[in-house]
Amino acid sequence: MESNRGRSTRPTGTAFSRRWVLGAGASALLTTGLSACGSGEGSGGGGDTVTAFVYGDDAVKVQAAAATRFNKSAAAKTAKGKVKLEKIPGSDYSAKLRTAMGSPSAPDVFFNWGGGSIKAYQEAGKIVDLTDIIENDPVLKNGFLPSVLAAGDLKGRHYGIPMRGMQPVILFYNKSVFAEQKIQPPTTWDELLAVNSKLKKAKITPFALGGSDLWPELMWLEYLVDRIGGPEVFKRIQDGDAEGWGDPAVLKAAEMVKELIDDGAFGDKFTSVSYVNGGAPAVFAKGKAAMHLMGSWEYSTQLGKFPDFAKSSLGWAAFPKIEDGVGDVRNVVGNPTNYWSINPRTKNKDAAIAFLKDCASEAYAKDLVALGDVPTTSNAAALLSSAPNPEYAKFQYEMVQQAPAFTLSWDQALGDELGTKMHTEIGKLFTGKSTPSEFVSACKELK
Amino acid sequence: MSSTVTSGGGRTVKARAGRPNAVWALPAVLFFTFFAVVPMGLAFYLSFTKWDGLGDPKPVGLANWQKLLDDPRLTQSLGITVLLMVTSWVFQTVISLLLGVWAAGRQRNRAILSGIFFVPFLLSSTAIGLLFYALLDPNFGIIRENILGSSSGAFLVIVFVGAWQFIPFHTLIYQGGARQIPEVLYQAAAIDGAGRYRQFFSITLPQLRHTITTSTILMVVGLLTYFETVLILTKGGPGTDTAILPYLMYEAGFKSYDFGYASAIASFLVVTATGLSVLLVRLTGFGGMRSTREGM
Repeated sequence: MESNRGRSTRPTGTAFSRRWVLGAGASALLTTGLSACGSGEGSGGGGDTVTAFVYGDDAVKVQAAAATRFNKSAAAKTAKGKVKLEKIPGSDYSAKLRTAMGSPSAPDVFFNWGGGSIKAYQEAGKIVDLTDIIENDPVLKNGFLPSVLAAGDLKGRHYGIPMRGMQPVILFYNKSVFAEQKIQPPTTWDELLAVNSKLKKAKITPFALGGSDLWPELMWLEYLVDRIGGPEVFKRIQDGDAEGWGDPAVLKAAEMVKELIDDGAFGDKFTSVSYVNGGAPAVFAKGKAAMHLMGSWEYSTQLGKFPDFAKSSLGWAAFPKIEDGVGDVRNVVGNPTNYWSINPRTKNKDAAIAFLKDCASEAYAKDLVALGDVPTTSNAAALLSSAPNPEYAKFQYEMVQQAPAFTLSWDQALGDELGTKMHTEIGKLFTGKSTPSEFVSACKELK
Repeated sequence: MSSTVTSGGGRTVKARAGRPNAVWALPAVLFFTFFAVVPMGLAFYLSFTKWDGLGDPKPVGLANWQKLLDDPRLTQSLGITVLLMVTSWVFQTVISLLLGVWAAGRQRNRAILSGIFFVPFLLSSTAIGLLFYALLDPNFGIIRENILGSSSGAFLVIVFVGAWQFIPFHTLIYQGGARQIPEVLYQAAAIDGAGRYRQFFSITLPQLRHTITTSTILMVVGLLTYFETVLILTKGGPGTDTAILPYLMYEAGFKSYDFGYASAIASFLVVTATGLSVLLVRLTGFGGMRSTREGM
């Protein structure tokens, strides 16, 4: 799932390289596989060194600092090990990890997205069950927000340690456009429709949407299903019951999406617009579209590409309530965070665990905050005042902290195979190739 | 490799000494075995297994092939692939044939122009894909329409971009072919009063028939593995409307990590491509290697 990988950590600027590296497809993978096989040395590399594979984007600075800090620490001496960070371009992270894990030069520690993204690894016995380790270690047990720790679980067992910022999906809006049109961010569905019609009269597209990437479309369904039927609807699907797609909430959500599309809420060109190449963020920042439903990284994307807009006009709000829906308006969807996991074949598990503990430290959390991220550590709240935009950091933190439920992005929760097939069905729904009821029956067939 | 230099009694001995024996072919054979036959065999083996890239492949018998036959996306994909092949063949052949014949003329400007025409072929498919993606951006590109987001638009863009990239190559083939046609044929035709069009249809076209076959086989087999442009421009979309077979294979392998099924699609592609090129060679009589100059 190349696209959603990028989403989980600031995708800005990595899009093209990801596509063309994967675009080389088989050959790229083959090369990776061959070179991985060629090095021959068992996992753990040179003796006690712990190799850690990490998604190599801008945020990798935080992990690099952590590795340096750990290598100088007393904990490293006790565990007789040092950490060697392998920064893998985000573009081919997922495929590279997959190939490496099947080869003799597999990493000891690896970055992942939790939930379904690690299911194949768990089934193949290539990931350490950390539940008991976490339970018996006060630093790990009390270091993180419990909901975030749980969100990456597989069948109630922990396989990962949270290691990046939280990434809830937020309804962003353009404050200047809203002020000009004398409107407020919608808090209910009726308000949203009213705002839409006002914007359309002013010839402004209500929502920016990077439809050619598919995963931005998924965000709409995730929130709608949650607001209409509550988090239990998707939970059932996630737990393997494909009949769960038959829940009336899914059909209702698909119908509401279709109404929005037919109504022009996303404009008439959204199927050609991409998020990862900066299309949708630009449409939004330039005021051509008034709102953008996107992960929290939209803030840093805008800060990078359109700093003036990010500083003066970028507003944020929770996804509106649906009048007759049963889902709590405080519920959140998105990616709780990313996780470090351990390969059971590591030669130095003590060093690996000692390194992972650094993620619960204040120094680690401070590095994340300085980057504009909101850590998932229990001490995060106190650090947020030093964020580049404390107000935004606080909003995000409270949004996640107060959420009764945090639903992991569906594609991540379902894993690669189902997630890819679901993307295809969502693409068909949004381009009008299938009706809402066809969408539901196609999803029920997914396995 | 000169073998027929001598005559008389010493002929056989000397000829044998100068003729390459089987060992000479060894590097090529090894290379081909290692990089083509072995991977192909492996893919064929994998098509009978379930493998997610981790752990060991588990044999599942004919399950992947059964799935291939039952997959409605395969039927759709085949349809799109065939349509793409036919459309692209017509488009590319007509243009590159005409351009090639024109460029075969001896004037200086034609040589320079042919050089310029050839540039697109030198760019990587990825660069070309990204270039057109930027040009077609609905909000910030040159043509601000919903082209890649509409089924027919996306399909035509793929045909066009493929043609833009590969016409130079085929033009070069036709230019070479057209330059081989003996001048005397045209002189004779001119004396008989044949005009330019008559000359083209009665001399150029028949004389180029083997060139057409060569170019066609390259095009057809190339289109069966056409991939990067689709990945970059449409990712098989909108919906699944431009998901050609190689894209379907990529999606199964590198997005769903279902390498068994991806290998079944790959094996299917190899068989289809080989079958098609053999068929083309047979149908056109290309294999017989009859001279285009018979009767001269």
